[in-house]
Amino acid sequence: MKHVKTLNTQTLNNTWKKGGCGECQTSCQSACKTSCTVGNQTCEQKK
Amino acid sequence: MTLIHQYQNNGYNIVLDVYSGAVHVVDDLCYDVIGQLKEQNENHTAETLKSPETFGMLQRTLGAKYSEEDLRDALDDVTELTENGRLFVPDTYEPLIGIVKQRKTVVKAMCLHIAHDCNLACRYCFAEEGEYHGRRALMSFEVGKKALDFLIANSGSRRNLEVDFFGGEPLMNWQVVKDLVAYGREQEKLHDKHFRFTVTTNGVLLNDEIQEFVNKEMDNVVLSLDGRKEINDRMRPFRNGRGSYDLIVPKFQKLADSRNQERYYVRGTFTRNNLDFSNDILHFADLGFKQMSIEPVVGDESDPYAIREEDLPKIFEEYDRLAQIMIEREKEGKGFNFFHFMIDLEGGPCISKRLSGCGSGTEYLSVTPWGDLYPCHQFVGQEEFLMGNVDEGITRPEIADEFRGCSVYSKEKCKACFAKFYCSGGCMANAYNFHGTIHDAYDIGCEMQRKRVECAIMMKAALAEQ
Repeated sequence: MKHVKTLNTQTLNNTWKKGGCGECQTSCQSACKTSCTVGNQTCEQKK
Repeated sequence: MTLIHQYQNNGYNIVLDVYSGAVHVVDDLCYDVIGQLKEQNENHTAETLKSPETFGMLQRTLGAKYSEEDLRDALDDVTELTENGRLFVPDTYEPLIGIVKQRKTVVKAMCLHIAHDCNLACRYCFAEEGEYHGRRALMSFEVGKKALDFLIANSGSRRNLEVDFFGGEPLMNWQVVKDLVAYGREQEKLHDKHFRFTVTTNGVLLNDEIQEFVNKEMDNVVLSLDGRKEINDRMRPFRNGRGSYDLIVPKFQKLADSRNQERYYVRGTFTRNNLDFSNDILHFADLGFKQMSIEPVVGDESDPYAIREEDLPKIFEEYDRLAQIMIEREKEGKGFNFFHFMIDLEGGPCISKRLSGCGSGTEYLSVTPWGDLYPCHQFVGQEEFLMGNVDEGITRPEIADEFRGCSVYSKEKCKACFAKFYCSGGCMANAYNFHGTIHDAYDIGCEMQRKRVECAIMMKAALAEQ
């Protein structure tokens, strides 16, 4: 690829089958706790 | 339908393919080519990209700026991305939303309101100085114990359970916190669970004994401080009006150092009084902190300190400035972590999590000092959201159903938003308080969230060059 650098290899579509374990941290968006928004998180499966 | 978001920030051209989550850093040529392709046909496939009409369009629109060879090259790259499912990826999640809406949920996180009372009088407190529209109260060990029992009993096969000690100010009822942690550790062994305890505190009562306990038992601790002294003391005074900065900062510095500058956050709230909040984050850095966060205040439009739409351009500038400074500092070996710029492009949450959002009302519940259950701390005191109590459990499951069905597919504004899978629909309490329904989004919050995501991704691009 001459003109593109892709930063990630994982795609969201692939995460449906193995996902949904629920072990990740609960996220919170509000203005009174540190919002661990979904976007800030890491998958916790296998941890 | 596909959804591709392109933007330029700090000299980088970034293309985000929303439904695959792929993030591409491209040159000007490719940026322009993708722009034109999107305008021509949002739902391009590898086949349509290869058609003569497509190349013809590029020649017409960009032929004056780029050579035929360059355009051909760029189109080849775009076609390859599309063939590999990294661009022009269609939305295949909408059919899954029915499954997500009807999913069986377990309770895996609780916020214990250890105290509905506080020893500060922060002017923006959503909980009205800790009282949550009601009476002052401290949670008894008995109520807390029932809450932990409820959590364990309703957690299904989830092993990691989160318990947050919150308030008001939890250090005002510290013995109960210690007793509940001890109880939790005992129960862990019996039920094969693992508690992740966290505590949020204003630091007024922090001392060596508490620090030692926190370091031993708390996976994370949130230390509330707004930034520069004059900023902090204006909004976070004691009841007598005096500022809290001088008392609290040394304690926080000591605690943060004792945790090796990890597993904590110094967390501030910025208001209309400090729209230049990047300076408050830099102040945290000057104080030696490495883990920081700052949140916009959420208040009524009539509050003089509330964030207004006209403040957004300045706020955007601040996020941009902060991101650039953080990149420089990282390169100089003086980096620090800013919460909202954390992003895991490779191992972030699965689509199931992104579709279900924050979990309030289903996986996450708040418990008041007297044992009432609410969807989250922001709803406490609003009787229409009272879900049950620790003695009877959930008595109004229809509230849980309502929250379970809330996602980026139930909110009109989320449909065309590129940040939907990073934000997952935003704060339901904000949506309710501003729009009267949880199936909506607080617009100013959305604008800031989009900006943060753009900055976070840009930083990845910049630091990937290292």
